[in-house]
Amino acid sequence: MEIIISILAGILIATGVYNLLQKQLLRIVIGTGLLSHGAHLFILTMGKLKRGQPPVLEDNITNYTDPLPQALILTSIVISFGVTSLILVLAYRTANENKTDNMEQLRGNENE
Amino acid sequence: MSNLVILPIIIPLIAGIIAVFLNKKVVITRGLTKIFIIANLAIVSYMTWIVFNSGSIILETGSWVAPYGIILVADPLSIVLVLTTNIVAAACAFYAPYSLSLKKEQHYFYAFYFFLISGVSGAFLTGDLFNLFVFFEVLLMASYALIVLGGDKVQLRESIKYVLINLFSSILFVTVVAFLYGVVGTVNMAQIAERVQEVEQKGVLTAIGILLFFVFGTKAALFPLYYWMPKSYIVPNPVISALFGALLTKVGIYSILRVFTLIFIHEINLTHEMFIWIAGLSMVFGIIGALSTNNIKLIVAYNVIPAIGFIIMGIGIFNQDAISGSVYYLIHDMIIKSALFLIVGVIAYVAGTSDLRKMSGLMHHYPLLGWLLFVSAFVLAGIPPFSGFIGKLLLLKGALTDEKIAIVIIALLTSLLILYSIMKIFIRGFWGEKNTTMELGKRSMKGFIGPIVFLLTFSVVLGIGAEYIYPSIDTISAYLLDPEQYIDSVLKE
Repeated sequence: MEIIISILAGILIATGVYNLLQKQLLRIVIGTGLLSHGAHLFILTMGKLKRGQPPVLEDNITNYTDPLPQALILTSIVISFGVTSLILVLAYRTANENKTDNMEQLRGNENE
Repeated sequence: MSNLVILPIIIPLIAGIIAVFLNKKVVITRGLTKIFIIANLAIVSYMTWIVFNSGSIILETGSWVAPYGIILVADPLSIVLVLTTNIVAAACAFYAPYSLSLKKEQHYFYAFYFFLISGVSGAFLTGDLFNLFVFFEVLLMASYALIVLGGDKVQLRESIKYVLINLFSSILFVTVVAFLYGVVGTVNMAQIAERVQEVEQKGVLTAIGILLFFVFGTKAALFPLYYWMPKSYIVPNPVISALFGALLTKVGIYSILRVFTLIFIHEINLTHEMFIWIAGLSMVFGIIGALSTNNIKLIVAYNVIPAIGFIIMGIGIFNQDAISGSVYYLIHDMIIKSALFLIVGVIAYVAGTSDLRKMSGLMHHYPLLGWLLFVSAFVLAGIPPFSGFIGKLLLLKGALTDEKIAIVIIALLTSLLILYSIMKIFIRGFWGEKNTTMELGKRSMKGFIGPIVFLLTFSVVLGIGAEYIYPSIDTISAYLLDPEQYIDSVLKE
């Protein structure tokens, strides 16, 4: 199970990086979304994936699910929601003001 | 165990929330901002006094015992940096009303200003690696809002790059924390440090350490990763540039200082040697950038990079003197960089342009401004008796003890070129004939000078009063070189 999820996270990160390297602004934003999904899956996998076990360590229980990665992933998901919505608005405004969504034309080499 | 540690985080947070609701009543918000930041400064000064007299203050939030709950640690290093943060922030609070337009003030400048301070203080005070990520996000979110404040064409263009690079490094940060959690099974920094010593296969930990260095190096604008920094730092208002230049990159370098003196100290030959090379390259490339441009704001922004180089050089050399030098230089640089950004902001305002080729003869109209720039150039380059000199002296002493001659030569040459890059503004902008095309003497500098003098006073005191300040810095350095002290204070109360 861990192997499959790790491969999935790897694919997500690979596609994320691919999209991040594109020229179109919207693709880049989607790339960051995919990247953060990959990172979140990694966190979850690091705590080992199990089913049907209690999340808290009690006396006499040896087999339990690690609750910490779930707490971490939740925080991280909320943050990436916020950032993604911000960057969407920012990308929209940038494209509107600069009259282009091509990163090549957003270099800004003039007025140095 | 004391609730005092939470105050430098919670006071700016409350102030920020109040500022959100009072956004249209600018006069009240300005007053409240000054009151809150001075109160915060007073509390942090009191805390600094406690920490240096009776040891670190540690808060286990919600009474969860150390390795399980989130902890906040005010140890000598972090409290000194929080104090410096608040000094810089106070100066910016008094500068802001003169520099910002009414519209920008109404669009939540003060709210985000406070959120930024809250995040920076939190990042300095936390004792938990994941929590460090959360506070990074708090301060980055505030900085995203501040950098686009105004919404010019250029601003939007540069801030999208700023947001993207920071977002990418944050995602990498989460991934690295996950890797580290997978290896040592904890995110508490003291416990990580303890367990790292026990792990037998150190190779994977070195790899994780270097990944973490990439993350912090991106935030700190180190040599191969600085390309996003200079242009995005000059697009917002000078007061925002000053906050960014003084605080954001320094949070990154603080994290490197913390992590590579506490956790990843098992393979110094590899990691810390690499830092020395990166330090030299940062100095060289940063100063080349500063010399290559005629935009006065860009000159100052590029000067952030060699400063980061000097600090990382001390971490790389890793002995008592060098770490003292790094800490001294870190504090010195936070103050002088914000002062320089503020001065350059005033110059650009009174001259009506930031292009050095279009200005001359400012000295006839603004002699005081000229002398302030002159003094800060000396402070930055490290001319005795100012604060830059003490930091560099300690760094070079540390380097010579370890016989790292190459980096000493690079550092000294870079210092000379730093002096030249700032003096270029003085010579070309202030000397020369009165320029009739510029409408000089019409814009007054009222209100701008106070905060700059306030910051420069600290720089001078740090230099002249080194005899009184150095023992505290030496304590911090000894503390950093002995990780057991940190681990003991956090885990075994």
